Parts: sequence; C-alpha cells; structure tokens
Amino acid sequence: MTLLAANPLVGLAHMAEHPFLRYAFLAGTAIALASGLVGYFVVLRGQVFTGDALSHVAFTGALAALAAGANLLLGLYGSCVAVALAMAALGSRGRADDTVIGSVFAWVLGLGALFLTVYTTSSGGTNATSGVNVLFGSIFGLSSSQAITDAVISLGVAVTLAGIGRPLLFASIDQAVAGARGIPVRGLGFVFLALVGTTAAAATQAVGALLLLGLLAAPAGTAQRLTARPFRAMWLSAGIAVASVWVGLSIAYAAPSVPPSFGILAVATGCYLVAFLATAARHRLRPASGARPCVLPLTEPAAGTT
Amino acid sequence: MAPAAASGLTWNLGDDLRRLFAEHFMVNAFRAGTIVAVTAGAIGWFMVLRRQSFAGHTLAVVSFPGAAGAILLGVSATAGYFAAAIATALVIALVPRSPGGQAYSHESAVIGTVQAFALACGALFVSLYGGFLNSLTALLFGTFLGISDAQVTTLLLVALAALGVLAVIGRPLFFATVDPDVARARGVSVRMVSTVFLVLLGCAAAEVSQMTGALLVFALLVMPAASAQHLTARPALSFGLTIIFGLAIVWLGLGVAYFSVYPVGFFVTTFGFGVYLLAAAARASVTRLARGSRLRRVMAG
Repeated sequence: MTLLAANPLVGLAHMAEHPFLRYAFLAGTAIALASGLVGYFVVLRGQVFTGDALSHVAFTGALAALAAGANLLLGLYGSCVAVALAMAALGSRGRADDTVIGSVFAWVLGLGALFLTVYTTSSGGTNATSGVNVLFGSIFGLSSSQAITDAVISLGVAVTLAGIGRPLLFASIDQAVAGARGIPVRGLGFVFLALVGTTAAAATQAVGALLLLGLLAAPAGTAQRLTARPFRAMWLSAGIAVASVWVGLSIAYAAPSVPPSFGILAVATGCYLVAFLATAARHRLRPASGARPCVLPLTEPAAGTT
Repeated sequence: MAPAAASGLTWNLGDDLRRLFAEHFMVNAFRAGTIVAVTAGAIGWFMVLRRQSFAGHTLAVVSFPGAAGAILLGVSATAGYFAAAIATALVIALVPRSPGGQAYSHESAVIGTVQAFALACGALFVSLYGGFLNSLTALLFGTFLGISDAQVTTLLLVALAALGVLAVIGRPLFFATVDPDVARARGVSVRMVSTVFLVLLGCAAAEVSQMTGALLVFALLVMPAASAQHLTARPALSFGLTIIFGLAIVWLGLGVAYFSVYPVGFFVTTFGFGVYLLAAAARASVTRLARGSRLRRVMAG
C-alpha cells in the first residue's frame, strides 16, 4: 500500500489502480446499501439485539464451515438464515424475547470458540488469522468472485426490501391495524429476519462479525434522528451507510495501520454523534415545539406506558 | 492448551480431583471462578429482570477494547477492563430509558452503535500494537491459566464492593424495576438507581471477562438468572437459585476444561445453556400439568 498522494486526484487514481480496492469498493457499496436499508427496519422494529445475535451466529457459522472443511460462504449464509428463521419462529408474532435470544447466542458463541480451537489446532496454528478475519473482517482480502457474489446477494436484499418496504413499514408501525387490513404480518416478519440474516452474512465479510452491528444500527439511528419521514429516513440510512464505507475504505487505504473496519465504523459512529448533538441542541433551543424530532407521529406512545 | 490435558481423565474421581487441586493455578482459577459466578449471578439477576440484556452484552464486550488499549498503553489489563466498562456504562446511562415504544428503538440503536464502535477500537488497538494474536484469542475467549494471587485479591475486593453497593440499592432498584412510576411517586430516584446499576453491571462484566474472555461474559450474566426466573417467580428463591446455578456452571466448566483440550468458554456456555434448556422444559411441563389438572377440576365440578 502506498501513502496518500499529495494531490487528492492523483491519490484517487492510485486507488482505482489496485484491483483489491476495486473489489472492496464494489462489495462494500452493495453491502452498505443493504445494511442501511435493512438496518432502518431493524432499528424501527426494536430488533437491534436480534441483529447482534445474528452477528455472533455468523462467526460460529463461518468457523464451523472452516473446521469442517466446507465452503465458508455456505456456512456463513446457511447458519445466519437458519438461525434468523428459528428466531422468527420462536418469538411471538415474529419477535423473540431478549432473554431467549441472549441465552441462545451466548451458547452459539461458545460453540464458535470450540470450532476456532478445532480449526486452529487441526492445522497446527497456521490458520490463526482466519478466526480474526471472521471477527473483524477482511474487506481488502476479497477475491473478485467473492466480491461479485457479495455484491449480487446484497443488491438482491436491497431490491427485495425496497419491494416489501411499504407493507413492512405498516406492519412494523402498527401490527394490529396492518393485520386487520390483510397484510401478512407474520409472514413479513419471517421474510424480514431472513433478509437480516443474509445481510449479516454478507456484512461479516466486509466489516467482520463483531462490527456489522454498527453498520446496521449507526446509519439507521442517525437517519431516524434527522428525519421523521419513513421513506426519506430509509434512503438516508442507506446513503449514510454507503458514504461511511467509502470514506472508511479511503481512510484505511491512506493510513495502512488503520483496519478498514475501524475506518468504516468510526465514520458511521461520527455521523451518529453529530446527528445526536444536532438534534439535542435543536430540541433544547425549541423546547416548546410539540413534535419531538425523533418520534414518528404514528407511533407516539401513550403517556405512562413504561 | 491445558498443560495437564495430556494426562487425561482417569476412572478414579477422587484421584482426579486431587490432581485438579494440586496445581496452584487451578486453585486460583476456582477461587476466581467462585467470585465471578457469585457477582455475575447477583447482578445478572437484576439485568434479566430489568430486560437490559443488550446493555449487559455491550458492557461485556467493551472489556476487549479496554484490555487491548491497556496493553497498547502499557498499563495493567485489569485497569483497562474496568475503565472501559464503567465509561461505557455512563454513556449508556446518558440515554433516556423507557422500555417499549419508539424510545426503546432509539436506545437500542445507541447501544448497538456504542458496542460496534468499541469493538472497532479494539481492532484498531490490536492492529496498532501488532502481533499479539495469541493473547487476542485469550482476550476474546478467555483463559483460566495464569490467574495470579494478586488478581484474585483484586477480583475479591471489587466483587465485595459491587455486592455491597448492590445490597444498599437492592430494594429501591427492585422497586424501580418492577414499577418505575410508583417508585418515582414514592420518592425513589429511578434515574440515579439505574445509573448506579449500569455501573455495577459494567464492573461485573469487567470481572467476568478476565476469566471467560470478552465474548463469553454474557453467558454467566444471563444464563443462570434466566434459568432461575423460569423456575420460580418468587424473588428471593430465584435469586438464590441464580447463584447456585452460576457456581455449578463455573465449577463444572473449569473442572472439565482442565482435562480437555477445548476452551473453558465452550464448556461454561454449554453447561449454562443445558441448565437453561432444562429449566425451560421443567416450566413448560409444570404449566401443562397445572393446566391439565385445572381442566379436570372444571370438568369434574
């Protein structure tokens, strides 16, 4: 890797020359688009903890595949989607209980530790880095076929979500009314969690199993702070996610000691912090205005429902 | 992994136990494990009751960047564990909490962002430090080897302090958890109690992670309490059961891990999950029996 060139345009031209960077940008953009869109609904439906659990499942799935000598992608996508569907089935109306999720994924992570040991000891310690790669991502190490697979799958997730966006939004905001209007609420819950699982598997390759939660939660949280309009927030979330990936990758390219996942997460967290401070300041300046910036008008909870 | 693994398990249980406790590091591991199980059980009980699993999990994983940062700066890892956990607890406490509704989804977005960013910082510290890959696995998945006497003393002091504070705020905390509105009306400072509890949760997480590693702390916080609360609704009884489950899980996990090549975290989480499944099955069958007898009584009457 070269250091940042003095002229930014020359620097950009340098970046485009490296195939590994082209693959990273290709996969990263598609994954960020899917994460931003899916993340919006994850935050809206209060399922961030489910996303957290799926990220740990991704780790165990990937290492189980490695330990068994199977295809890593197969283990990753298979385990994430299977557990996502199981969670949808366990939870009433497609939403599982906190404690159940916590107990299950703590154990799944323990299994991951077992597979990590099996995998590293079976190879005599030469595979020690692959566990780290799964945990913290290795977007600069993607091959062209991996990058294209991830990009295609992520774009598929994004298109599917954009397709079911309107009924899903209705079902997320007011389950009872949506059900009464003939929307298959439970079915949508299953489809949505399967999409979260797929996104988690794809994002594991970009930012790693431990960090993909940030890509789901931070852009979506930022967007929801900035606007109360659902579809604007949804696309804003996707935009922030894509921008975080681009800026983060560029930072990591310019400063080789910074891991790309840290760059991406730092930008996304920075966006959230700025949005948080901005809305807090606005709220303090205009305390009399009735509408809180962060609350959807449709779901204002009745007073005293805590 | 464990030095004694090669000698394996024999059929003589008494002999095996004597071999287990002959090693000083194993004695220390059991001492630390006992302290950790009691602290995590007591504080985890409130965590499960308050439905703060997500916050608990986040406090648990931040011990990884804490320790990595401490190693990078050249200070003691224990200091890093506690500093990171307490700082994160205060950040989470800043966000207004109200379960359910839109505010909850915002709270969870904040927690998720904090967690991912903290772990990203951990990745950065590891990358900046360069090449402590082996201790990276220990930081994440834990090791029970080489817990020193000084560490046991530190663990004990912190545990006593945390449990002391918990004993003081226990009643108002329970009140504020079960019915925050009434508690507030009766003059309990709900916000204050919640903040103190989050700091305690952070301390507990920091303690546990020194043994189980950052990623598996959560098992000891959530599993014993979740199992006990499945079995009984009476607070005192389920609190006691939580501690008993925690001790049993840790002791069994350590004992088995000593004779095995596989990591202690795997055994602790597996035993914990086993207890949880048994508790869930017991409750399901009791509920079914009760429903059946009620039905028979209705039919007979």
